Amino acid sequence: MQYAILCYHSEDVVCSWSKEEDDAVMAKLAVVQEKLARQGKLGPVVRLMPTTAATTLRKHSEPGVVIDGPFAETKEQLLGFYVVNCDSLDEVLDIARDLGRANPGGAYEIRPIALLRPGSTG
Amino acid sequence: MSDLCWIDAALAAARPRAVAALLRHFRSLDLAEEAVQEACLRALKTWPQNGPPRDAAAWLIFVGKNVAIDTVRRQGRQQPLPAEEVLSDLEDVETPLVQRLDDGHYRDDILRLLFVCCPPDLPATQQIALALRVVSGLSVKEIARAFLVSEAAMEQRITRAKRRVAQAEVPFETPSAPERAERLAAVAAMIYLVFNEGYAASGGDAHVRAPLCEEAIRLARLLLRLFPTEPEIMGLTALLLLQHARMPARLDASGAIVLLEDQDRRLWNGPMIAEGLALIDKAMRNRRPGPYQVQAAIAGLHARAASPGQTDWAGIDALYATLERMQPSPVITLNRAVAFSKVKGPEAALAMIEPLAGQLSGYFYYFGVRGALLMQLDRGKEARVAFDRAIALANTAAEAAHIRMQLDRLMAGSSKIAPTPR
Repeated sequence: MQYAILCYHSEDVVCSWSKEEDDAVMAKLAVVQEKLARQGKLGPVVRLMPTTAATTLRKHSEPGVVIDGPFAETKEQLLGFYVVNCDSLDEVLDIARDLGRANPGGAYEIRPIALLRPGSTG
Repeated sequence: MSDLCWIDAALAAARPRAVAALLRHFRSLDLAEEAVQEACLRALKTWPQNGPPRDAAAWLIFVGKNVAIDTVRRQGRQQPLPAEEVLSDLEDVETPLVQRLDDGHYRDDILRLLFVCCPPDLPATQQIALALRVVSGLSVKEIARAFLVSEAAMEQRITRAKRRVAQAEVPFETPSAPERAERLAAVAAMIYLVFNEGYAASGGDAHVRAPLCEEAIRLARLLLRLFPTEPEIMGLTALLLLQHARMPARLDASGAIVLLEDQDRRLWNGPMIAEGLALIDKAMRNRRPGPYQVQAAIAGLHARAASPGQTDWAGIDALYATLERMQPSPVITLNRAVAFSKVKGPEAALAMIEPLAGQLSGYFYYFGVRGALLMQLDRGKEARVAFDRAIALANTAAEAAHIRMQLDRLMAGSSKIAPTPR
């Protein structure tokens, strides 16, 4: 069975870490990740850019409404995600609109990825 | 990372909200600041034992409120001032603060707090010092170090600034849309000043001042989180990130300035550049351009170039032309001239800056650019005069050393193209 582990933390706090503190946390995490990788249990690892870099496409109506900022509603739940490789935010939004036409309602929050380690699971 | 480090970060993150909320309640910056200070001290005592609270800001506001009420009561006994006149809403203060401030409130609270720190008649250095002390919670000692002045002098500067702010009318009503826009612009300018204070100072002490840049970035992110749809705040944040990303390459081991085109680009901070570029991309989609976005776009073109030769100078020149139209200023024209020289040659660039001589006669960078352009045209004697003038006007030892290096090149007959650093 594949599982996703979604990471939540106070962004205010994490953005207040000094570079040394941030590096120290990443180094500690790397130790755990390496162990998992050796066991063939580690899939992709992603660190997202801060929510200030986020854009949201609300897809309750065609062609959707683009709102700067993260998805802030609590009525909906996180049900899945995609990782796409694009040259611009416009391109990502086009993809998101395509997906939205296939599955209207709800929203897509688009967040640039700061760090991606592909990984592989057995 | 030790627990205490975690607490420091949590306190730093929660602080603006806490000071801002208490400022609204007690309508006194001094009282709000002292109350949060005391609450932070108590947090350092109790959090290690009890663990951090779920909402650090709410904890600080609750404890800070009680501290401030005590203070007001004590002062009330000393002076015949009824507490009701000091407190804005006494009933609310009496009820336990379990309920948190709603988002709409705290957005304007924090904007107000930042705005209070930057009245237009307060000199820039005082605005920066005040914001760092009150909003960021840096100690007077830390701020004094960053400004390279004594602790006593900085203490005095902050006290003076606070006195000025206390006399000014603090706007407590919820701002109208135009008022909010006005406050945002003033606060953005103040954040940019904080950054520049850290960035412009170069030389061996640069590492001491990097925290100012980091603090400015933190404040810009805070502002952007509160106002996620403002393209100029996206532009400001992007600009700071892109400029700060070059920090590790800007000085060599001896503290001397390294020119943009001589910098080891592998030292640039990749994730910071990526975040800056993502923010520009997002800002531009709004089609509401402004000076921060344009400046960020210029920094973005530099950041995208894997080597100096790949720099899109024509694009940079066009962006500077846009910036000139938005904010006509001889300094912007001067910056444009560097890009212009790459596109149209040094002679054309020299003609572009010639009319600025009068306005920029006291500006180090003007003579640096002029000297470099003259050098490229093999007009050594005139270049020398310009460089001598630049050295006389240099603000830091590193700036003077950089020009001396240019002079050495001139003497050695080298014609290496060398514009002044940015």
